[in-house]
Amino acid sequence: MTRIAIDPVTRVEGHGKITLHQDENQQITQARLHIAEFRGFEKFIQGRPYWEVPVLVQRLCGICPVSHHLAAAKATDKLLGIDQISPTAEKMRKLMHFGQILQSHALHFFHLSSPDLLFGFDDDVRHRNIIGVINDHPELAKQGVLLRKYGQEVIRLTAGKRIHGTGAIPGGMNKNLSIEDRNQLLQDIDQMIEWGVAAVGLFKRIFYDHQEYHQAFATIHSNMLSLVQADGALELYDGGLRARNMDNELIFDHADNDGYLELINEHVENWSYMKFPFIKSLGVEQGWYRVGPLARVNNCDYIDTELAEKERQEFMALSDGKPVQYTLGFHWARLIELLHCAESIKVLLHDPDLQGEDLVSKGELQPSGIGIIEAPRGTLFHHYEIDEQGLIQRANLIVSTTNNNHAMNESIRSVADNYLSGQEITEPLLNQLEVAVRAYDPCLSCATHALGQMPLEVTLFDAQGQLVDQKFKSTEHGV
Amino acid sequence: MNNTPGKIRIATTSLAGCFGCHMSILDIDEKIIDLVELVEFDRTPLTDIKEIGECDIGIIEGAVANSENVEVLQEFRKHCKTVVAIGACALNGGIPAMRNHYSLEECLKESYVDGMGLDKPLIPSDPELPMILNEVHPVQDVVKVDYVLPGCPPTADMIWDALTALIEGREPSFSLDEVRYD
Ligand code: SF4
Repeated sequence: MTRIAIDPVTRVEGHGKITLHQDENQQITQARLHIAEFRGFEKFIQGRPYWEVPVLVQRLCGICPVSHHLAAAKATDKLLGIDQISPTAEKMRKLMHFGQILQSHALHFFHLSSPDLLFGFDDDVRHRNIIGVINDHPELAKQGVLLRKYGQEVIRLTAGKRIHGTGAIPGGMNKNLSIEDRNQLLQDIDQMIEWGVAAVGLFKRIFYDHQEYHQAFATIHSNMLSLVQADGALELYDGGLRARNMDNELIFDHADNDGYLELINEHVENWSYMKFPFIKSLGVEQGWYRVGPLARVNNCDYIDTELAEKERQEFMALSDGKPVQYTLGFHWARLIELLHCAESIKVLLHDPDLQGEDLVSKGELQPSGIGIIEAPRGTLFHHYEIDEQGLIQRANLIVSTTNNNHAMNESIRSVADNYLSGQEITEPLLNQLEVAVRAYDPCLSCATHALGQMPLEVTLFDAQGQLVDQKFKSTEHGV
Repeated sequence: MNNTPGKIRIATTSLAGCFGCHMSILDIDEKIIDLVELVEFDRTPLTDIKEIGECDIGIIEGAVANSENVEVLQEFRKHCKTVVAIGACALNGGIPAMRNHYSLEECLKESYVDGMGLDKPLIPSDPELPMILNEVHPVQDVVKVDYVLPGCPPTADMIWDALTALIEGREPSFSLDEVRYD
C-alpha cells in the first residue's frame, strides 16, 4: 500500500491535509481529510463573563468573524431572556450579516476558487491562483476585489471595524447607521448588484461548457440542513431548522433552535480534530448532511429578492424535483446568494429603521442561551451556559465547516475512486481533491481554529501499511 | 519557481491564528493589484506552493500551538531574509494562548469527552495529526523576529506602509492613527 499526502491543502481556509492509501493495483483503499488543529475553546471560555463572547469568539475565525459575532450576540440575547431585539438593532445586524456573506462569497469565488474554474484543474501550479487571474482577467479580478471591499465596508460601518468589530452587544447593537454612511453605501450598490448578476452568468457559462463533467465531479448524495424563514424563504440571520433527505422528504422543519441538541449530535474519529455531526434520529452512518449555499438554496421554497429568485429557479431546474446534489453547484448557489445579499443590502439601506435610536433591550439573566445563524459556509451553532454571576460554565460550538466534515470526506473519496484509482498519481490529479474540498468553501480556521492554506499533503502506504512514498504538492518539484 | 529578477519575493503563513491578519492584508483592496506588480508570492494561503523557497520577506500570522507550527516557522526563518510577525497571536499568543490557563488534557477532555451532544467520547490521537504543544507560544519564543505589527488584526494601512517600506528598503514608520492594539 502506498500513502500519498497533500499537505497543506491550499486556497481554502485553515490547516488540513488529505491522505490516500493505495494498494498494489493502485486502487485507492482510503481517502481522508484530516484537520490538524486544536484550540480548546470550550475549556478556556469557562469563567469568562457572558458579555465578552461576541467579541472573543469571533477571533476563532477572521474570515467570517461577523457570523461568530452575531451567533454569539444572539445567544447572549437569550441569556438576557430577550426574544426580540429592537427593529433598529435587528436590521443593523442583518445589514452587517449581508455585508459579511457578500464579502466572504466574493473572496471564496474570486480569490480562492476561480483559478481552478477559469484555468482548469490541471493548470500550471505557478499560474493557478488569484495573481494569475489578476494578470489574465484584470477586469474580473477587479470586480472580485471590489465586491469584497464593498462587503467589508458594510461591516465597517455597522460593526465599527472591518475585522473583529464590536457592533453587536447582548440585547442589541451599540450603533445605528448615519445618513452619511448610508449614502456612501447607496452610491455603489447598483454596481454591486450588476456585478453579482455577471458573476452568476460567468459561472453558468463555465458550467454549460462542461456540464456532464461538472455535474459528476465529487458529487455525492446527502441530506441537507439549513435555517428557513417561517414561510419557507431563504434565511441567513434567523429562522427555524429544516432538514431534507435525498428523496426531498423533510426530516424536520421549522425546528426550534433551543432543541438543537435533540436533533444534532457529534461523532469523533481518531484521525481528525474536527468532529462529525449527524442527525440523531438517523444515526452516524445515515445522518450526515451538507450545509452552506448548496443546502440553503435547495432547502428554501423561494428567495425573497427578484434577481436571485430567478437564478434559483434556473438552478433548481437541474434536478427532477429532488435536491440538486452536484458538488461544484456549491459555487453556483454561492453566487446566487452573493446576488441576494447585494439586493437585500439595497432594500435595507432604504429602510429608515436603520437610523432609529432604540438600540438595546434589557432583560434578566437566564442559565442557557443558544444562537443559530447561517454563516457563509452554513449553519453555525453557539450555545452557552452561565452561572448567576453571568460567568460561562459550559459552551458548545458547532461551526459551519464541521457540519460539512463527513460530506467533504465523501467527496474526496468520490474523486479518489473516480479519477485517481488505478492511476499514477500526478499533481493535477491531486489538485482535483483540493478542488472538491474548495467547493465546500471550508473554513478550517474556525472548525478547529485556522485561508487558503489548508495544507494538502498526499501520502501513500503499501498494502502492509508501510510508507512507500510521500508526495508533497510543491511548485519546485511537482509531485 | 524561477524568481523574476528585481521582484521582491514574499511568503506568508498562518500558524495558530484566525486568518484575520491575512484578511487585513487583503483589506488593502485595489492596492493588491499594484502589489503584484512589485512582488512575487511564494508559499501563501493564496497560492498552491506547498514548500517555501528563498524569499525576501516572510509574514507570520498566529501563535505556535503544535509541532507543525514549529516546523513551518523554522522553515520561514531559514528561507526569509526578513521575518515580520503580525497580530496579537504572533506577538503574545493572543486568544489561542488562553488555553495556557488549563492543562492540554483538560482542554482535550472538555472538547472530546465531556462536551455536549457527543455520541462516543474519544480523544483523537492518530499519527497523522501533529503533536499539540502543552502551551501556546508567541513566535519570538521559537525564532528571531525582525519586525512586529501589533493589532488584532493590524490595520491594512499599517500592513501596506510596512510592506512598501520593506520593498523599497526603508525602515517602516507609522502614523499614530494606523497603529491599533484591538
Ligand atoms: S491577531 Fe487577531 S486577527 Fe490576527 S490571527 Fe490572531 S485573532 Fe486573528
